[in-house]
Amino acid sequence: MAKVLVVTSGKGGVGKTTSTAALGAALAQTGQKVAVVDFDVGLRNLDLVMGAERRVVFDLINVVQGVAKLSQALIRDKRVETLWLLPASQTRDKDALTEHGVGSVIKEMRAKFDWVICDSPAGIERGATLAMRFADAAVIVTNPEVSSVRDSDRIIGLLDSKTEKAEMGQRVEKHILITRYDAQRAARGEMLNIEDVLDILSTPLLGIIPESEEVLKASNVGSPVTLNNAMSAPARAYHDAARRLNGADVPMTIPTDRKRLFDKLFGRRAA
Amino acid sequence: MNVFHLFRRRGSAPVARERLQILLSHERAARGQSDLLAILREEILAAIAKHVTVDRENVQIRMERGETVSTLEIDVEIPHSAGMLLAAGS
Repeated sequence: MAKVLVVTSGKGGVGKTTSTAALGAALAQTGQKVAVVDFDVGLRNLDLVMGAERRVVFDLINVVQGVAKLSQALIRDKRVETLWLLPASQTRDKDALTEHGVGSVIKEMRAKFDWVICDSPAGIERGATLAMRFADAAVIVTNPEVSSVRDSDRIIGLLDSKTEKAEMGQRVEKHILITRYDAQRAARGEMLNIEDVLDILSTPLLGIIPESEEVLKASNVGSPVTLNNAMSAPARAYHDAARRLNGADVPMTIPTDRKRLFDKLFGRRAA
Repeated sequence: MNVFHLFRRRGSAPVARERLQILLSHERAARGQSDLLAILREEILAAIAKHVTVDRENVQIRMERGETVSTLEIDVEIPHSAGMLLAAGS
């Protein structure tokens, strides 16, 4: 039975696209069929983070408008054969996305995949509301920082009222994913602590992704962080989060990157 | 010059720069005018459609945008019956 998952946040720059790519790849590595769908019409970036930017032929709007078949628009990942990307349009007007059109594409995808992961644009406009509209579950990406928590609260309100599930009197399964977590700053009391964030949002935790230079390195080369360096701290955290999405009971830890002696001595940041 | 520049390995940033340069050169070219690859794709498909009815499900299209050369692959399954019709008509 396919599950439609929206990765959302309200606030921009918190890590939605990074998380969509990382979770999508981690789930696909278990052999499940996964499609990641970019809803950020006009400002697509999931293709770039996935390393498929040179291979985009058709996009979500082409499929919604019937110009292309879903099978023609899906781009198969070159590293994980059960992972596919449906890119957003870079040029067309976002009003071209209609609820009816998106609904029929999602329905068709439910029949073909185990997971359909919708990467929401920032904000609460049409693209964001359509990305969550048909979701069974939501990952709310939150940084331990006041404006991000506030926007997450707003998004939770929309998930509970504006989704198809909510309108049918059912609940969208919601998960908080804390990203860009800096354990040292948290220890110094400079960062909202996780219990407080979860308490404020009264939503369960899916995982804690540590701030790491590995995320930038992975996007530089166009690879989900879970594939680019599977042993890195954020990759391990995303793999754990993916196992929790699959229902596994995985103890909550915050992985750390082992610093090399040279880096420790000179405090040097690798490129 | 910082002494650490001597030790700096070639990181991922040059890869990022190169990927962006290629991508942006295609996107900027496509902004004002239509994208050549997209025009070719549509016109080739239209030319095929003039002669045979092909289910779009049986057409596979792959593109790979490169720095100096891009490739456009169109793979069309033409049914036998269509071939016979063409032969009969000529």
